[in-house]
Amino acid sequence: MSTEIKKVEGITKESTQEMIDRALEIYPDKAKKKRVPHLAPNEGEGACVKSNRKTIPGVMSARGCAYAGAKGVVWGPIRDMVHVSHGPVGCGYYSWGTRRNLMSGINGVDQFAMQFTSDFQEKDIVYGGDKKLKTLLQEAKELFPLAKGISVLSECPVGLIGDDINSVAKASAKELDIPIIPCNCEGFRGVSQSLGHHISNDTIRDYIIETREFPEPIGPYDIALIGEYNIGGDAWSTKPLLEECGFNVKSVWTGDGEMEKIAATHQVKLNVIHCYRSMNYMCKVMEEKYGIPWIELNFFGPTKIRNSLRKLAELFDDTIKEKVEAVIAKYDPLMQAVIDEYKPRLERKKVMLYVGGLRPRHTVNAYEDLGMAVVGSGYEFAHGDDYERTSPEMPEATVIYDDITEYEFEQFADTLKPDLIGSGIKEKYLFQKMGIPFRQMHSWDYSGPYHGYKGFPTFARDVDMAINSPTWSLVKAPF
Amino acid sequence: MRQIAIYGKGGIGKSTTTQNTVAGLAYLGKKVMIVGCDPKADSTRLILHAKAQSTVMDLVRERGTVEDLELEDVLKVGYGDTKCVESGGPEPGVGCAGRGVITAINFLEENGAYTDDLDFVFYDVLGDVVCGGFAMPIREGKAEEIYIVCSGEMMAMYAANNIAKGILKYASSGKVRLGGLICNARKTDKEFELVSALAAKLGTQMIHFVPRDNQVQRAEMRRMTVIEYSPEHPQAQEYRTLAEKIQNNKMLVVPTPLEMEELEDLLMEYGIMEAEDEAVVGVAEAAAR
Repeated sequence: MSTEIKKVEGITKESTQEMIDRALEIYPDKAKKKRVPHLAPNEGEGACVKSNRKTIPGVMSARGCAYAGAKGVVWGPIRDMVHVSHGPVGCGYYSWGTRRNLMSGINGVDQFAMQFTSDFQEKDIVYGGDKKLKTLLQEAKELFPLAKGISVLSECPVGLIGDDINSVAKASAKELDIPIIPCNCEGFRGVSQSLGHHISNDTIRDYIIETREFPEPIGPYDIALIGEYNIGGDAWSTKPLLEECGFNVKSVWTGDGEMEKIAATHQVKLNVIHCYRSMNYMCKVMEEKYGIPWIELNFFGPTKIRNSLRKLAELFDDTIKEKVEAVIAKYDPLMQAVIDEYKPRLERKKVMLYVGGLRPRHTVNAYEDLGMAVVGSGYEFAHGDDYERTSPEMPEATVIYDDITEYEFEQFADTLKPDLIGSGIKEKYLFQKMGIPFRQMHSWDYSGPYHGYKGFPTFARDVDMAINSPTWSLVKAPF
Repeated sequence: MRQIAIYGKGGIGKSTTTQNTVAGLAYLGKKVMIVGCDPKADSTRLILHAKAQSTVMDLVRERGTVEDLELEDVLKVGYGDTKCVESGGPEPGVGCAGRGVITAINFLEENGAYTDDLDFVFYDVLGDVVCGGFAMPIREGKAEEIYIVCSGEMMAMYAANNIAKGILKYASSGKVRLGGLICNARKTDKEFELVSALAAKLGTQMIHFVPRDNQVQRAEMRRMTVIEYSPEHPQAQEYRTLAEKIQNNKMLVVPTPLEMEELEDLLMEYGIMEAEDEAVVGVAEAAAR
């Protein structure tokens, strides 16, 4: 965490508060009262906004659901398992490959980046879908005998009609001799995708962890990389980086993940967590149950990578410390070259962020490495502890927003006039129509990786491309 | 901890029987929790002397999500230290009452309501097992013992047989067993014999014959169980006997539900139903003359 207080010219506590008040003016009293605590100028410490509350009706929200958190985030990226979207076909279809959690291996043989769904029909709702699920599990096992397990991810109707997927999973697991994990992540549960992460973590705790052991003996540098989803190949940057530093990365949760390695993670010496929001639960479980310490790191941009690697090395012996210093010395000049190339074109450019679990705080410094300033940031589904971690990263008095509505976001952008907005697909076209350069920062906009030293040049290139593309000066809005 | 679910036809007296039995167990020094699984939310009023306990779903509706609830908001303690929870749910005709039961039981599990000091947990479940939600109390890891409240009335016996069919489904894949029929007498003809005979056909027992007595209603008017209102009354003794029988019950079976014909034969045998005359089926009054 940075110690000096960052400032952005023209932004004061008063100016930010005034902007917030103006944006809220249009709301009816009841809605206004509910939104007020979710918007605030950054106070530098503590959580300055309220979070993890129900979205108010009538506004456009970017949030997802519990099923999205389970399918898209925690379970979906495990490559050697079959993930079943259990229920009507829509949820499965629209979550097909959307997070770009890339996978190695051969599709259909040892990885299953395809879509499985029980495709509920009227009769399955009326008579219950347990039998269909049983058949599906059997067929999945017959078609893909090398799959290491099957996750059953409940969609809303399954929970409504009260199907007992837990007992089907248990019986079929025994019959087919393969782990089958029932995940009651019905979309109507909770206020956002965040509960889906939690439910999924609980199922890993109940069904997976400690069910396997690593074949080779455990060494002193054995670690696991938690909350790394391999978006656009991120894990293929961070895992080799940690290995170059002398660590054995025994498992990655869950990007390009392998079920058996995840199941044996209770044997590692340390858990390195990147996305705290989606997987802090299991880090805490492993800490309590197996005494495995965990450390939260940030692999965006050279400054944070350098700090993170040193923080990590502090927990180990001189061999690691030396290797880490050698790695930093090797990459620093390369990263400096990237900065030298792009910084002149990006200096003093302003960014607004609105993303998911870690990027609204973790990427702030990466932009600063390029000479830019983040002038507003917020999360779709964060909790208080995320906002506590965000305050010190953000410049003084910049606006922090929780579960921001499209309207508020548009108003803030209109006032702050950012040079770039990094957010999701639902926001993309709104801001492009406003003529503001935009990057889709959930999926890296068909690019990536952005993590680690390998990712930073790509990140810098993409940001430069978005902001300095001549496109925006050529289009003229007809209104 | 023994977890017990009480099923039976609507209006048969499940809630009254459950609460009086629980009071009997509490009287014997047992620690019990009642989980009301009926949107009517009347499973705990005699224990709590309350008109209506605030239910899990009431509070969910008020606060937005179940994650905003604390256990002490919904768990109340009444007669004999009995813990009481009502799942609650929508009024008839809207929403999904079954999901309310699932939500409530999940909430209780996640928030540590099932403490080790409990000897019994009783689920008082709405009349018919109409959807998966109302089977929640007998899913794996929950109630393994079921008692069906019935009487000598025809429809109550139909319902008891149907519930036995439901239990059979869950018994074949899990550990749930039928512990017996509780006859809540309506003073119908040959009631004792008939319910005993049905129990035998189902492969179980009539664990107790609770005679009809207006003392139950007198106690209910005071929102009390008979055991608390008039512990010396013979009816209080009946419920204590039932409680003891349940406590000592070792006869837990996979039921053998009857085919409809078998059930009708049984009813006819005891004169509850008359034999059908196929010759009159579909023949209008005028044509028959």
